[in-house]
Amino acid sequence: MSNVPPDLRYTKTHEWVRTLQDGTVEIGITDHAQHALGDLVFVEVPESGRTVALGEPCAVVESVKAASDVYSPVAGVVAAGNPALAAEPEALNNDPYGKGWLMRLQPTKGAATAELMSAADYQKLLQTEGA
Amino acid sequence: MAFIPHTSADVESMLATIGVSSIEQLFDEIPASLRVKSLDGVPVALNEMQIGRLMSERARADGHPLCFIGAGAYEHHIPAAVWAVTTRGEFYSAYTPYQAEASQGTLQLIYEYQTMMASLTGMEVSNASLYDGASAVAEASLMAVRANRKSKSLRILVPRTVNPQYRRVAVATAGNQGLRFEDVPFATDGGVISLDALKKFEGEDITALVIQQPNFFGQLEDVDALTDWAHAHGIFVIASVNPTSLALLKPPGEWGTTGKGADIVVGEGQPLGVPLSSGGPYFGFMTTRMEYVRQMPGRIVGRTVDLSGREGFTLTLQAREQHIRRAKATSNICTNQGLLVTAATIYMSVMGPVGLERTAAASHARAQELVSALTAVKGVRRAFAGPFFHEAVVLFDRPVAPILASLASRGILGGLDLSELYPELGYAVLVCATETKTTSDIQSYVTALGEASAAVRAA
Repeated sequence: MSNVPPDLRYTKTHEWVRTLQDGTVEIGITDHAQHALGDLVFVEVPESGRTVALGEPCAVVESVKAASDVYSPVAGVVAAGNPALAAEPEALNNDPYGKGWLMRLQPTKGAATAELMSAADYQKLLQTEGA
Repeated sequence: MAFIPHTSADVESMLATIGVSSIEQLFDEIPASLRVKSLDGVPVALNEMQIGRLMSERARADGHPLCFIGAGAYEHHIPAAVWAVTTRGEFYSAYTPYQAEASQGTLQLIYEYQTMMASLTGMEVSNASLYDGASAVAEASLMAVRANRKSKSLRILVPRTVNPQYRRVAVATAGNQGLRFEDVPFATDGGVISLDALKKFEGEDITALVIQQPNFFGQLEDVDALTDWAHAHGIFVIASVNPTSLALLKPPGEWGTTGKGADIVVGEGQPLGVPLSSGGPYFGFMTTRMEYVRQMPGRIVGRTVDLSGREGFTLTLQAREQHIRRAKATSNICTNQGLLVTAATIYMSVMGPVGLERTAAASHARAQELVSALTAVKGVRRAFAGPFFHEAVVLFDRPVAPILASLASRGILGGLDLSELYPELGYAVLVCATETKTTSDIQSYVTALGEASAAVRAA
């Protein structure tokens, strides 16, 4: 059973979103996603200052099995990419909701966001996907 | 090894299983308008004796001209051991082996090749090769777009001192992917990239600058100043180099004064043990720094250990490649030139660093001798001042095509006529000499040039 913290919101493409106190949002991939990918060997995060559109591929996570794009669930400007992942990609496997965060975005005011799910809805999605 | 192991009984059994009467029927869904109706242009099959005779006749028709043409492909002595080993059955495949358990020999050879190329170019990592020097420049440009994350423009500066064929291949390969390849003029006195001409790009978003060393004219570029200029403006440096010359010249990994060096190094591998062979097959090489390895196209062989801790070799970093990443792969060229790389690896092993250096030094000395001898002829002079490696541009006082034709009829390929590629140079010929040319060969050229000029004047 995947770990799905109740205080986060989720996308259909298995990203999680956490709104921080300063108004930025932190984005990562879910426990289910890291498990499906297997051992991660390389993570490419976006540079600060980059403008990303809703649904734009903005990070790459590469495991021993596959390389996958991570899609931005909100439009905004990158406030930070997680610098620790270059040296420690396994943080994504070990701590997907903590040390394994991918990037922080300053959302564009009034911009559309992807349809974000509650933890309960994401759990249901995982069940229908047979996870 | 039979590459199609099915017997006709196997084929019939498979067809019967799926309920199809013939192999041809499998292609029924392709509309008739798209089918090739016949292969009229293909002559009937010949037996071994007939094909041997035909090929000998064709080869004889070429004669054995003394070749003073370089321009991207160079005649070097190839020790007999190189192709004797390369043509062993165990090496006989153009492809990179996926199956590590069945391909340790080939994989180790490619690993050794990568180590040699990284060392020769002064870079940290090499791929297992690309198709040729021209497509390597195209692939390097695409890689620069991915790796230079500060640049969004997709603009690649390709100075006119870069081989014009490389530019054409780059445009054909990457032009439709939005890359723009822009000219930079050369200084007419030195035949090298003009730093003044580069200044007009300052303050603009440029992705990469291609620097060919030695350049198409054989001249040596001021690679340190060019590299520093590019890096000061956030521009990637793509070095396109002749591998033989690297035995004498500074490796691209050390270009510039900041210690950073070129970002991507490519080149034509043909001078390393591959015969001229009417223009191919050759192979391209590519090296870079570790920080960009995930943006590098092509196969990479890595060294690892098996479960028992024994050393072994295998393809690595494959998540960049098209069989995994599909359309988002670093390249849709995911093979290499295995057989040519085999020859190059054995060539480099046989020559060693000292042998390669002596080849480069001898080629340079012969080219100097050639240029001195030609420019001693009345009406012939050098086009550019400054140092050159093993080829140079000489100017004639009259159109060169008839003179070159007359030389060819005397068994001498006198150089490449540049009048179409570089009309502004006038009656210009690019001439080359490597270690394969002797003093008497050069004298034969000069003598024949006198006869050819007289014949052309008389005509």
